[in-house]
Amino acid sequence: MASDPMLSMDGVSVEFTDDGGVLDLFGDSETVRAVNDVSLELGEEETLTLIGESGCGKSTLGKTAIGAQKPTSGTVSYRGQDIWEARNDSKNASIPFDEIRHSLQIIHQDPGSALNPNQRILTSLQLPLKKWYPELGREEREERIHTLFERVGMSPPSDYLNRYPHQLSGGETQRAVLVRALLLNPDLILADEAISALDVSLRVEMMDLMLELQDLFQTSYLFISHDLSNARYIAEKSGGRIAVMYLGEIVEIGTVEEIVENPQHPYTKALQWATANLYEDEDDEEFPLRKIDVPDPTNLPSGCSFHPRCPNAREVCKRQHPGRIHAGGDEENYARCFRADDTHEYWHSPEIADEPPVDSP
Amino acid sequence: MSNSDTIVEVRDLNVTFEMNRGQSRVVRDADLDVARNETLGIIGESGSGKSMLASSFLNAVVEPGVSTGEVTYHPDDGEPVSVLDLSESELNRFRWEEIAMVFQGAMSSFNPVTTIRTHFRETLQDHNRDIPAGMDRARELLESVYLDPDRILDSYAHELSGGMKQRALIALSLVLEPDVLVLDEPTAALDLLMQRSIVTLLRDLQAEYDLTLVFITHDLPLLTKLADRIAVMYAFNIVEIGTTDDLLYNASHPYTRALLDTTPDLNVPVEEMNIIEGSKPDPVDHIPGCSYHPRCPMADERCRSDDPPMMTVSNSHESACFYYDEADDAVTISAAPETRPASGQSAATDGGEN
Repeated sequence: MASDPMLSMDGVSVEFTDDGGVLDLFGDSETVRAVNDVSLELGEEETLTLIGESGCGKSTLGKTAIGAQKPTSGTVSYRGQDIWEARNDSKNASIPFDEIRHSLQIIHQDPGSALNPNQRILTSLQLPLKKWYPELGREEREERIHTLFERVGMSPPSDYLNRYPHQLSGGETQRAVLVRALLLNPDLILADEAISALDVSLRVEMMDLMLELQDLFQTSYLFISHDLSNARYIAEKSGGRIAVMYLGEIVEIGTVEEIVENPQHPYTKALQWATANLYEDEDDEEFPLRKIDVPDPTNLPSGCSFHPRCPNAREVCKRQHPGRIHAGGDEENYARCFRADDTHEYWHSPEIADEPPVDSP
Repeated sequence: MSNSDTIVEVRDLNVTFEMNRGQSRVVRDADLDVARNETLGIIGESGSGKSMLASSFLNAVVEPGVSTGEVTYHPDDGEPVSVLDLSESELNRFRWEEIAMVFQGAMSSFNPVTTIRTHFRETLQDHNRDIPAGMDRARELLESVYLDPDRILDSYAHELSGGMKQRALIALSLVLEPDVLVLDEPTAALDLLMQRSIVTLLRDLQAEYDLTLVFITHDLPLLTKLADRIAVMYAFNIVEIGTTDDLLYNASHPYTRALLDTTPDLNVPVEEMNIIEGSKPDPVDHIPGCSYHPRCPMADERCRSDDPPMMTVSNSHESACFYYDEADDAVTISAAPETRPASGQSAATDGGEN
């Protein structure tokens, strides 16, 4: 399609500054760049999975994508309309902010705290419909909710809808929250670690359900996960891509084959090592990191942010920040690692002299 | 049967909670032997009773829970200790010095208003240890978990990341030189990369300090990278126990096989991933016969009426299933290779015997 993508992010950075508050007049202000120069596009019914360690900025990036967090620089556009312009200057917006807001939905990691504990499920689920579809009568609202509950396998619906959140199991609560997001027929659902809290045996079931509903509702998903095996399941079943984040940057993005079968970035390889397989694991005695802990995000390392932990780092990695290197002529997918470029000076650069492997807070 | 190599012996262990809606039995007639210097993994879904079983090793089941039965600790030298009969003051000494435990929430295991150094110092003091010598050991332990002692000791818990706290806690738990370390989901709240790193560290620590490790988790793939033997819990009792290879390549309980089959694996085509049908039992209910029969594809009349005892599959391997030798045909595991590797996995088989 030649028209604008459903969602596009262009050069997006998000910074948080801690100025120490009033009591800390002489303290230094600290700035964390949670997201650093990320550009992404997401089409209709497309699925993108973001993975990375905690603190890498994946949730911040997700929230920025759905317009819940304002970027410090760069733009986020929904069907060509800059989300934050629509919000600040509603007269000139081609798509009103309200419409954007309800087209981009979120389900959180902890579904239990996403529902009001003092209200029945039905009451909580009616709220978004009352707000966005005030013309609907009570019966119509309930009918929509009932239909969706049947659809996600919570049947008979009235049994579940009259309960309070604590009377549902984790999997049921997560499905109720998913229904709440789907009621608005959104174009994109941000699923922020939506299945991490579920028992392993329930995760595959929940992922299957979400993908099944994708076909039905033509929704795009932005999945956030710290688990490569879940990411791979989602990406492979939906034909989507996986993006690996490290300290605010997308360090590698590609198809399942590229990320899981043939990762270029040493960090992606480390994540793969961390995703233990039951069978046929290669002998993995070798520790794929030089340091266990992530460096202080208020004081990022020079050059490539990963170099202090990277087992393959060389002197050049301390000085130069790797750009997007598109291996194999691919225009969209890339790795931010000199090793993906056969002709880079990296290959002639001396290895970094060993530093002690201990970490400091 | 117990022999000189057993360090913790559990017999007929029951853990019960009195509740308004009846008695909740969260461990039911469990028997278990932990061998000296082995790494034993206990795996089960949440609510299967695995934490309660392990807490009983230190008689640390939280009130109002009650452990009954026998838990016997066999020290290197000296008389066996009946853990459930120890007095409060004996328990205080026994915990940390003989068996130490690391819990899931490292965040809440540290006092937020004192430094990490104070935690080490107070622990040594309360157990009447030589403090300078103990602090030297503390520094050595911190280094072996990849922490810089100079910085960590002067930090407060909130200044450390989750992974650092959990590693500091492991170092703290070893400062009184216990022989057994019980770890209850020590990596659950952490990133996968940190989880795997900690498991690698534990393997090194176990060899360096001659430890017996008991590792409780619901993460089977992670466990197979560490454990010599694995005990599988379902519905408040152990349903299968064997070496890691026994379980991976010859699982003989339908539940274990279903668990292996539902474990996400990067090598398995996504179409072949499955789920376990049905739901886990309530600790108040008493299920007649085998506790797994309502979910088991092999269940017949006998399973519905008789509770299967532990059946011997091989010297190292037991399964609580009448039809253990038919389980492999009834429940297939899509990720499992056709044949068991002849040499056995390096990680799983060494270290267990000596």
